[in-house]
Amino acid sequence: MFAGYSAGELTAIFAMQGFAGLILFSVFVLMALGLAIIFGQMGVINMAHGEFMILGAYVTYLVSHAFADYMPALFSFYFFVAMALAFLASGALGMLVEWGLIRHLYRRPLDTLLATWGLSLILQQIYRSVFGAREVGVTIPDWMMGSLPLTDMIEVPINGLFVMALALGISVAIYLLMFRSRWGQQVRAINQNRVMAGAVGINTERTDRLTFGIGCGIAGVAGSAFTMIGSTGPTSGQLYIVDTFLVVVFGGAGSILGTIASAFTISQAQSVLEFFLSGSMAKVITLLVVVGILMLRPQGLFALKLRK
Amino acid sequence: MQIDRKTRFLTREEAIYFGLLAAVIFLILPLALDSFRLNLFGKYLTYAFVAIGLVLCWGAGGILSLGQGVFFGLGGYAMAMFLKLEASTPEATAIQSTPGIPDFMDWNQITALPWWWEPFNSLAFSLIAVVIVPVAFAFIIGVAMFRRRVGGVYFAIITQAIAAILTILIIGQQGFTGGVNGITDLRTLKGWDIRTDEAKEILYFVNAVLLFACLFAAQYVRRSKLGRLLIAMRDQEDRVRFSGYDVASFKIFVFCLGAAFAGIGGAMFTLQVGFMSPTLVGIVPSIEMVIFAAVGGRLSILGAVYGTLLVNWAKTTLSESFPELWLLGLGALFIAVVMFFPNGLAGLWSEQVMPRLRKLFAGRGAGARPPAAPFPANSASAPDSPAAKAAAE
Amino acid sequence: MSIHQTSFVLSVEDLTVSFDGFKAVDGLTFYVEPNECRVMIGPNGAGKTTVLDLICGRTRATSGSVRFKDQELLSMREDQIVLAGVGRKFQTPSVYEDLSVFENLELSFPRGHGVFGSLFFRRDAEVKDRIQEIAETIFLADLLDEKAAFLSHGQKQWLEIGMLLIQDPELLMLDEPVAGMSVAERKKTAELLNRIIDHRSVIVIEHDMGFVEDIATRVTVLHQGKTLSEGKMDKVKNDPKVIEVYLGH
Repeated sequence: MFAGYSAGELTAIFAMQGFAGLILFSVFVLMALGLAIIFGQMGVINMAHGEFMILGAYVTYLVSHAFADYMPALFSFYFFVAMALAFLASGALGMLVEWGLIRHLYRRPLDTLLATWGLSLILQQIYRSVFGAREVGVTIPDWMMGSLPLTDMIEVPINGLFVMALALGISVAIYLLMFRSRWGQQVRAINQNRVMAGAVGINTERTDRLTFGIGCGIAGVAGSAFTMIGSTGPTSGQLYIVDTFLVVVFGGAGSILGTIASAFTISQAQSVLEFFLSGSMAKVITLLVVVGILMLRPQGLFALKLRK
Repeated sequence: MQIDRKTRFLTREEAIYFGLLAAVIFLILPLALDSFRLNLFGKYLTYAFVAIGLVLCWGAGGILSLGQGVFFGLGGYAMAMFLKLEASTPEATAIQSTPGIPDFMDWNQITALPWWWEPFNSLAFSLIAVVIVPVAFAFIIGVAMFRRRVGGVYFAIITQAIAAILTILIIGQQGFTGGVNGITDLRTLKGWDIRTDEAKEILYFVNAVLLFACLFAAQYVRRSKLGRLLIAMRDQEDRVRFSGYDVASFKIFVFCLGAAFAGIGGAMFTLQVGFMSPTLVGIVPSIEMVIFAAVGGRLSILGAVYGTLLVNWAKTTLSESFPELWLLGLGALFIAVVMFFPNGLAGLWSEQVMPRLRKLFAGRGAGARPPAAPFPANSASAPDSPAAKAAAE
Repeated sequence: MSIHQTSFVLSVEDLTVSFDGFKAVDGLTFYVEPNECRVMIGPNGAGKTTVLDLICGRTRATSGSVRFKDQELLSMREDQIVLAGVGRKFQTPSVYEDLSVFENLELSFPRGHGVFGSLFFRRDAEVKDRIQEIAETIFLADLLDEKAAFLSHGQKQWLEIGMLLIQDPELLMLDEPVAGMSVAERKKTAELLNRIIDHRSVIVIEHDMGFVEDIATRVTVLHQGKTLSEGKMDKVKNDPKVIEVYLGH
């Protein structure tokens, strides 16, 4: 399939596709990080994760309009406000859902899966009723438009760079939160032994709620980032949920570094293949390879060997 | 205390329930419905094949597959390929640039029938493929996953991913598969026009007979030692292993059985509805099929049939008049079944309705034990993930 | 086949398992003779349960060899090991709570263990008689139709022992069979165990020293995955190393 391209062209293709893949990678990472916390640390399958992401996207859409209508002078900075609000909105909804639904279903992972699928259907319908069935997009501020030319054949778009920086920043923050903070220690303690954690004085209920909220909040931020590169519809989230779960499982649930590495592998493979094959075949082959590897190595790429 | 421990195929009570369902399907529905509605219910019943398989895999065995649409689709496509080839005679397709191949191939500039379509010229081959292809596929997945002790949520996620992959593949390869529209415009089966009202009625009864065949097969499995092993595995997988059973092969068997049921259902769908498309293969239909089984009661094969009929009837009725309400209702149904009615309709029947009926007829039934749920429910809930199990040890 | 290979029922040689560098069992060697009752003692974390896990295939060894008669167990699957004649009782009672006592015992009956064998399994007179016989041995004859979930802790332990008996294994491995029992249950269990260890080789993990003295042919003391001492109870009991790490407490 490489026939007909010169070496220089191939380098450029790989670089450009690789960069396009990096944007996909960023969205995967942001989506998957929230899921990795919820699934990896709490053992909860949140099939509505995509809808939490889309909530963030809709919040961003609303904020961009609010800025355009009332504060056009500050429009360049709306994105930062939107991101914070998206985090809060998705996080708050997440905590509500944890209180109303999830907390009754710990220890029944398969049932959580079905219940959150039901939740996702409800959220999709609500989005459709409120925002309409058509996809909406945001106006990207001027400073994020355009691209930086690296060589005469390779250009990198600024919004992509921005999304990537965001993904990396949040990854670092999550890592610090989970593995360097007292709260993260509590979350991990609960994951390993809920009863014991409660016995030593950890407020498991509050920690669970906060963990779930933060996971969903991160999905909201992912939604914000998502508006930079795609348009938002009621079912946009559902398109990503399977990929995201595969990213988390492939990386080895519970490992943040694993999640990032697996998001990188999957997005790069898909993006580079996309240039040579049709988009759908690229996705089929990528997913097949991931599923195949998971069949050979079900614990994912970065799981530890433990004494059982 | 000498209790009869014979393993009967049907207890008296179960025989009555089977009889009732047979009356509903063979008498009441055909008498009460016009031929359009009957065909609609025939379509619903094809999903019941999948739901029965899910009761065995998920309710009894604790294996939740979110990819049953894959097997339904494989069976359905096998049937559709045969019907499409029969409909694509050179005479009927004379206006195409390559006559004699299915129309969608012609539209996609394909000029010869792909080799893997060739065998589907034979009805016998196609009918075998309806069962064998899904089973073979399930076998491969089952061996890969269960031999490595993958279960619980991982299995659910992987099967869901497989459903997604197959859908993308079918849509992407439209020259070979008919793409997003699927395989449509199916006309005759060995010269017999399947589009007439009369043909649809006959197909309804064929479907009903096959459904009962599957129900009896499922009942046999439940009654056999294998059925008890499934429950034992769901609750204490390790103990079963250390009683000298190769756990994986039992899971593979029941997963393949579920796939075979689904394949038959898919083929009957194609025959009755007249097309097959990727919308019946993907993630959404697959997980909806799970809710059919859950509403009926994940532990009851008869409940699965009622659940399928009820949910689909509600879907048709509601989405005709209030399409917005339907998604909200379906979503709420998922949540309600999981939170409040984990044993579904069958649970409501055996826990709420029957005790009251018994009280009403207290004279006759005095001293009788309350009917056990067809499959004993796991005391706490659905089976836990390997992770949760490990945590519990 | 040399003679010394067949004279032992179980030969564990240089058995090692390491979990990410931590050696839970470290170069362990011991032999079990026919009709011997070997008791393993040692402080918590000494690797006792892990040794049983390794023999019955639940945990995969890093190196070494476990031979049961002439078969190398380390390369076999758990169910194959069981069918070869090695039975294992877990520390916490593990019975099928949703099935009746009768069905629990039936599933361990050594027939119809393949997929199709179990699909066409017949509950004939032989099966019923054998289950009745075992149920009487384990004091559960009156509870055959009770769901196992309703049994007491001690009764569940007996049921699990019964499930092993019906398999009739040549080598029986018991992990703390009297833990968590009342005094009366303990006595009954001791009596039961004494009866069933008669015609087979047994490996028992136990902390109750009175009980150990009662049943042990020989004792192996494990410490940090290695053999600290081995031999008759009298010898082991007076070994200063054993007193220091284990009995002294």
